Amino acid sequence: MKKIINDPVNVVREMVAGMVRSYPQYLTKIPETNAVMRADRNSLAGKVGIVSGGGSGHEPTHAGFVGQGMLSAAVCGEVFTSPTPDQIYAAIKAVDQGQGVFLVVKNYSGDVMNFDMAKDLAQMDGIKVKSIVVDDDIAVENSTFTQGRRGVAGTVFMHKVLGAAAQSGASLDEVATLAQKVLPCIKTIAVALSAATNPETGKPGFVLSDDEIEFGVGIHSEPGYRRETIKPAKELVAELVKQLDKQMQLSAQKKYAVLVNGMGATPLMEQYIFSNDLLDKLQEYQIEPVFMKIGNYMTSLDMAGISLTLFELQDTQWLDYLQAPTKTIAW
Amino acid sequence: MTLTVDTLTEWMNNFTAKIELNQQFLSDLDTPIGDGDHGFNMNRGMQAVTQKLTEKPASLMAALKQIAMTLISTVGGASGPLYGTAFLEMAKKSDTIDDLGELLEAGLAGLEKRGGAKPGDKTMVDVWAALVPAVKSHDLTESKITAAVEATKDLVAKKGRASYLGERSKGHVDPGSQSSGYLFEALLETKGLL
Repeated sequence: MKKIINDPVNVVREMVAGMVRSYPQYLTKIPETNAVMRADRNSLAGKVGIVSGGGSGHEPTHAGFVGQGMLSAAVCGEVFTSPTPDQIYAAIKAVDQGQGVFLVVKNYSGDVMNFDMAKDLAQMDGIKVKSIVVDDDIAVENSTFTQGRRGVAGTVFMHKVLGAAAQSGASLDEVATLAQKVLPCIKTIAVALSAATNPETGKPGFVLSDDEIEFGVGIHSEPGYRRETIKPAKELVAELVKQLDKQMQLSAQKKYAVLVNGMGATPLMEQYIFSNDLLDKLQEYQIEPVFMKIGNYMTSLDMAGISLTLFELQDTQWLDYLQAPTKTIAW
Repeated sequence: MTLTVDTLTEWMNNFTAKIELNQQFLSDLDTPIGDGDHGFNMNRGMQAVTQKLTEKPASLMAALKQIAMTLISTVGGASGPLYGTAFLEMAKKSDTIDDLGELLEAGLAGLEKRGGAKPGDKTMVDVWAALVPAVKSHDLTESKITAAVEATKDLVAKKGRASYLGERSKGHVDPGSQSSGYLFEALLETKGLL
């Protein structure tokens, strides 16, 4: 393992310190936690708070999306490990303005249980809290970390849409209803070229030989659905789009937002090649995406690979929410 | 069977001692079917609980809430929120009731709600579901505790990390059930409670 770290035990604490000190215009640390909130507290006033978080190692998720127009706070757990409920609760308390707080949780058993518990703690203290569990990964029904489908890169679209809605003054109930409507419209699938190496264990999550790839891996190197020899980008695109089409019934009559997401060790050059082929492929369906993002949004440490998220925009307002301005590090 | 701050403290101290003594055994139980750290996690949490309780809490509710918060912030994984929830639900109930049996019943309901597990799923719920009625009917015994824990051995896990092993989870005692067994043994050793 070669990594630019000091002591594996301190990676999360030092990462949070580095982010907050480098970007004080966006982030401030919530005392006694590894949670961060907006430095611009005025932008929270009178609004519903949107809080997300989870294990670290998915940067820029989640802290990179904290700021005006997106998340109010993010809670950073240990590497690939859910944050504890007291830390989540501290974030809820820090951002609550009396209008309530909405939690965006990815479908991993630890995250679900710990966020649920934090919700109970906040409710005991009279804070209104609602939540959604994102399960956008279509690769496998179950994984080694979840019961049901995993929550992966599509969560970033959820953050943006709900963040913009909250910024425009939506109530907690309105945010919750919006989240429920958006959830089934976001689907993601990934392909990996190599696994992530967790700094605490020092070992990769799985081993692929030089010419092997795996379709459908999760964001913690959980297994996917098929292993093959490496193919040209065009063929990877064809496979991923085929899987998404099966689930979403792609149609020229519908409008889509697209997220092409690097998993941490995939150069932007390869992501743009993938995007070029993707746009060709979508043209075969007579689909021209109305919104696109290409880059590293939900990574898995140093995993090489790419994920593709399609978001069917059933409501024109959702596109407005995606396009609304933000003041964050990474959107 | 009235639970007081003093009996609760003694119960927790007894539990801590058992966890400390058996932390390696609990982690070994967790190795084939989980990630091998249950005993170490529980020991870290219960040491913190014992430490906190050296300063006597003002009320039973305050004491139970403090135990819950300490467990959720120090144990981690799934055991932290599960044990934390059990004690938090007991804390809520203790506002009006100080009967141990009824408090434990609220704790069990909390466990079922948090983890979504039912009896037979090979989780700590199996032990609680078998032993809470025994506490309520005043006949909790060492052999009942052992039987409840051992009964998880031949079940197929339906919840938690072990559930991914399916049939291969058979033949192993569930580590959360074993640590819950110690919680009930610690009750037996607490004077003037049962």
